[in-house]
Amino acid sequence: MLFRRRRRDLVCQLAVELITDYLEGALLPDDRARLEVHLAVCPHCAEYLAQIRATIAAAGSVDAEALAPDVRDELVGLYRRWQQG
Amino acid sequence: MEADAELVVRLQAGDETAFAELVERYHGPLLRLARAFVPSRAVAEEVVQDVWLGVVRGIERFEGRSSLKTWLFRIMVNRARSTGVREHRETPVDLTAAEPAVASGRFTSGGQWARPPAPWADGAEDRIEAKALVGHIAAFLGTLPEAQRRVVLMRDVEGLAPAEVCAILDITEANQRVLLHRGRSRLRCLLEAERGKS
Repeated sequence: MLFRRRRRDLVCQLAVELITDYLEGALLPDDRARLEVHLAVCPHCAEYLAQIRATIAAAGSVDAEALAPDVRDELVGLYRRWQQG
Repeated sequence: MEADAELVVRLQAGDETAFAELVERYHGPLLRLARAFVPSRAVAEEVVQDVWLGVVRGIERFEGRSSLKTWLFRIMVNRARSTGVREHRETPVDLTAAEPAVASGRFTSGGQWARPPAPWADGAEDRIEAKALVGHIAAFLGTLPEAQRRVVLMRDVEGLAPAEVCAILDITEANQRVLLHRGRSRLRCLLEAERGKS
């Protein structure tokens, strides 16, 4: 993987690129462990992860636009005609 | 709210109110997703209308191998692709293209934060803050590049599983993750910029 070759610690610029793979459970165990160590000692990257999580949570609360009554009536009419047809 | 599976049973029995409920539940989400596939609202409305026609005709064949939501989204994507209004071929994601999660200027040459993110995540649980956050995300979603928007909408807004999204879009897991990563990163950056304004 990305930083398998080197022993030195993960840097922040790489850490932020691994966040999605981390949340998706797609990191190899070594990479995951290294990222977790970094997150434990780097408050900025920990905040970054928290912001991504807050972003995901907020996205999950975004409502779609409400159905207009005339559109609903039209679609139900379409259903009715099909049932009768 | 009644589970989708129960709605399907009623629908397959020819229950009109079940159809009305289904439309109530999914018309908005279908329209929102359709907008990430076709160039105009008018075409998106046609596509979604076409989806409902497909549901009316095809609900008897729905066997519940996927969730109802996934089934509906798959029909929508197929319809959108066959409109011919635009070439909808999925261009492969360029995994090597430089689209960093955070602008490189924010880091030192050694890759440490030079300008770290100003903290706000703790406050996001506050009810008023959370509401504002959702409002911003709703607006920013529309600004994402289409390929990213499709994945973020299905994963984070609609809550589909990665495998379902891959199947609907016919992309690999790795590509799906790249698009999700870029989309989420972009949303966070937009939020950061928004907060910087006040």
